[in-house]
Amino acid sequence: MTTERAYHQARWNEPIILDMGGEGERGILLPEVEKEMLEDITSIKSQIPKALRRVTPPDLPQISQVEVYRHYLRLSQENLGAGFVADVGMATSTMKYNPPINERLASNPKFTDLHPLQDVSTVQGMLEIAYTLGEFLKEISGMDDISLQPRAGSQAIYANMAMIRAYHDKNGQGTQRDEVITTIFSHPSDAAAPSAAGYKIITLYPEKNGYPSIESLRSVVSERTAAFFTTNPDDTGIFNPLIKEFNDIVHAVGGLCAYDQANANGLLGIARAREAGFDLCHFNLHKTFSTPHASGGPATGVSCVTEELAAFLPSPHISFDGDRYYIDEDRPESIGKIGQFYGVAANFIRAYAWIMAHGAEGLKEVSEIAVLNNNYLMKKVLEIDGITIPYEPGKPRLDQIRYSWHELLKDTHLDIVDIANRSADYGMHFFYSHHPYVVPDPATLEPTESYSYRDLAKYADDWRKIATEVKNDPEKILTSPHMAPIHKMSDLTPLSDPEKWIPSWRVFKKKKRSVHSD
Amino acid sequence: MIKMNKKVVYPYIPNSTNAARSTLIKSLEITSAEDVFSAIPSHLRLDRPLNLPGPILSEYHLEKHVNEILDNNQTANDLVSFLGSGCYQHFIPVVCDEISHRNEFLTAYSGKSYEDHGRYQALFEYQSMMAELLNMDVVNLPTYDGLQASASAMRMAANITGRKQILVGSAIHPEKSSKFVEYNGKSLDIVYLPFDDQSGELDMTALRASLSKETAAIYLESPNFFGVIETKLKEISALAHRFEAIVIVNTDPISLGVLVPPADLGADITCGDIQSLGIHMQFGGGQAGFMATRNDPKYVLEFPNRIYGLVPTVTPGESGFGEVAFDRTSFVGRENGKEWVGTMANLWAITAGVYLSLMGPQGMRDVGELIESNVRYAILRLSKVPGIKIQFGESNHFREIVLDFSKAKKTVEQINRELLKKNIMGGYDISGKFEGFDNHAVYCFTEVQNKETIDALEKALREVLA
Repeated sequence: MTTERAYHQARWNEPIILDMGGEGERGILLPEVEKEMLEDITSIKSQIPKALRRVTPPDLPQISQVEVYRHYLRLSQENLGAGFVADVGMATSTMKYNPPINERLASNPKFTDLHPLQDVSTVQGMLEIAYTLGEFLKEISGMDDISLQPRAGSQAIYANMAMIRAYHDKNGQGTQRDEVITTIFSHPSDAAAPSAAGYKIITLYPEKNGYPSIESLRSVVSERTAAFFTTNPDDTGIFNPLIKEFNDIVHAVGGLCAYDQANANGLLGIARAREAGFDLCHFNLHKTFSTPHASGGPATGVSCVTEELAAFLPSPHISFDGDRYYIDEDRPESIGKIGQFYGVAANFIRAYAWIMAHGAEGLKEVSEIAVLNNNYLMKKVLEIDGITIPYEPGKPRLDQIRYSWHELLKDTHLDIVDIANRSADYGMHFFYSHHPYVVPDPATLEPTESYSYRDLAKYADDWRKIATEVKNDPEKILTSPHMAPIHKMSDLTPLSDPEKWIPSWRVFKKKKRSVHSD
Repeated sequence: MIKMNKKVVYPYIPNSTNAARSTLIKSLEITSAEDVFSAIPSHLRLDRPLNLPGPILSEYHLEKHVNEILDNNQTANDLVSFLGSGCYQHFIPVVCDEISHRNEFLTAYSGKSYEDHGRYQALFEYQSMMAELLNMDVVNLPTYDGLQASASAMRMAANITGRKQILVGSAIHPEKSSKFVEYNGKSLDIVYLPFDDQSGELDMTALRASLSKETAAIYLESPNFFGVIETKLKEISALAHRFEAIVIVNTDPISLGVLVPPADLGADITCGDIQSLGIHMQFGGGQAGFMATRNDPKYVLEFPNRIYGLVPTVTPGESGFGEVAFDRTSFVGRENGKEWVGTMANLWAITAGVYLSLMGPQGMRDVGELIESNVRYAILRLSKVPGIKIQFGESNHFREIVLDFSKAKKTVEQINRELLKKNIMGGYDISGKFEGFDNHAVYCFTEVQNKETIDALEKALREVLA
């Protein structure tokens, strides 16, 4: 027997914590300065000159531990963690199962209390995990060397751009090569990070088949091309079969090719950056390799490069001499530090354990099931009247798909934001598309390998219910959400008005005071 | 062991049974999983299995395997550590760990303000508590680390002023400069200012000589890399403001229960790392960067990162949250956005928020005073050890001091090796990293130290240097 779920999220109406508690209440106590020490140090001057000693204490909460803990537990209940649902709608993000065993391993005090500047003899275990994970990722990408230092995918894109610049600089073409080519369905950071590095961005748009034409690429490459940054497949789930030819065209003019593999979930053991002719790629451990998304980081982007670019990898580099693991800082051609220390080491442990739990066969199983799941879900979703797929519908897709609700919504007063709001009532996350919306009223789904066919059938069924509401009860959608921790926000314009925005509690209080004094 | 030719059923993959797989395949009217990969041309297909070890299919053995490797570590908790230099061992309230391990926060990503309301509120509260501590109005959701925060703050200052020159006080972690040069060196003109040999503070003469109408910003750290508190921030700010240059001060928020916040001394942008606020060191994985300014759109519109703001809902008294000035970001503008936005370090902001609400004003003061006492006690004990001189001994220190071993008969490397045999991790060796600092080390004294550990350090150093 199956009972229809009656979902309702917790609604605690928690005050802002700065508005809680009472004078003198304490959340945690610290030891007092030892008496003996206090007597001894009178001969040493105070280390804080009078003028620099804080007199007005910060207006932080004064509140008991009981209430702090309860407050944050309640806030956590008002948050839809991926662990609670088949998180198919948070697409392009590869929301997959985050096994608790990996959390236990990453919480081992033998790791959490490591200081990054310890003597290498005391961190051999940590370095072994980092180095071996790197070896795994070299095999999975086919590339020759890697860095785990970038603290997320976008920082890895930046690191790859910086290495490309160093490469062209070394060849005396640094100034000449000032353009980067990308595609509109590649992540915004494939345009933004090279732009932040000072490059002019050229964006290619897809043809009817979902990927740019060879001719469009040919028309923009030149001796000014520094690099081509692309995903494949991108958010449409369409694999560009001419990718090798694309890379050959870029190479022919002296440019380099960087593969955004933040999401490589459909390709493990199937196809690699190496065979497609890429010079660089990056993986997000928090996507394909199952480390948790952590409310938006910390994360890990792994930069992978061919031998030709290895010398430019961020410094320091974690290496192995056949006997001992060591930290190599003697890298004169390196782009230097991308981030502090060696990156988000907890994710090295989690990803290592996740890969070990699968092995080669298991990783291929991950990708096969992820792709089968995606096509299974597509079939179910396309049975819903008015939901369509742009670009050659009917052809199998890899790991994700951008759908369009446009046919269903075009004659109503609803738009895709209303659908997203209503999705919250069903316990779903909802991702439209990155900007700009090339596909009208977009919605992207990525079922990964973590969800059963039952989950997926249910997911499609919930979409069907919302689609039915579009026709039968649009008002319910327009006024949604109804089951979320809060009701519909009435006015979002203050967020872009400097006179009205409220980026902190103190700004709220200042504005309240000024309203009252008016 | 009996070997059976049975397909592995993976516990993390519900559809990995033969039955489930064939349900999928039948529904798609295909014959095998190969058919869904038909778009990938054969010359791009990997024609062999990946060469990987494993698998370790049982959870029990996986746990054992990884923990056995990690057992080869010796941690700052197994031994006594005096390392700092950017990553710090502080007391961590258990509630911080409990909240950061909640599946709701740990596994969430970037859902919208309704279903992820709790995350938005926790992050807004983080911004708000940091604003109180820093005496600023606007704080970003964290960027990757304090290093990225510093580099981005320099870009903000250049964009706001339309100038290119950044004066950087050179009492910074020497490894930071490679990032500043790589990240900003092509578009900005980074000029390092020396520190005063005697005090370790910024050389004021050099500052006066360098400031001009070309200067976008002066960037300083206080407490700086040597643990020295910059006592002339007010004067430095006044000088910079005379040229309409921006003052960026990198600080550690854990000092602000006892130290006047840089904003009160003229800083226009405060930045730094929040790792000290309740986050485990994790081999350097606990870093997260903050930037803070006043509520001036000229500044706010230059932030590259997310900032959450409060908005009303249709229900009176109820609040929701959204993104402040989202159009400035790369999520809207791609290459026209400010730097870029993406996954950064939000979980640590939630953790730091828990920390600040537990600590409150009194806790922040207590921790600052404990650190100050430990530093004074360390100066008292260590200055008497033959072969050690406290560098910048007359200056004011927070949490870190530099020990000058140039009169000792051993190098810092040798000293640290011998200390390690006595279960002590000595300070960070900065020999060769600053001119004239040939045999020096930065020692860190947080509130986790006490009379016993500092006495033990003194005893060990006496023995090593004897």
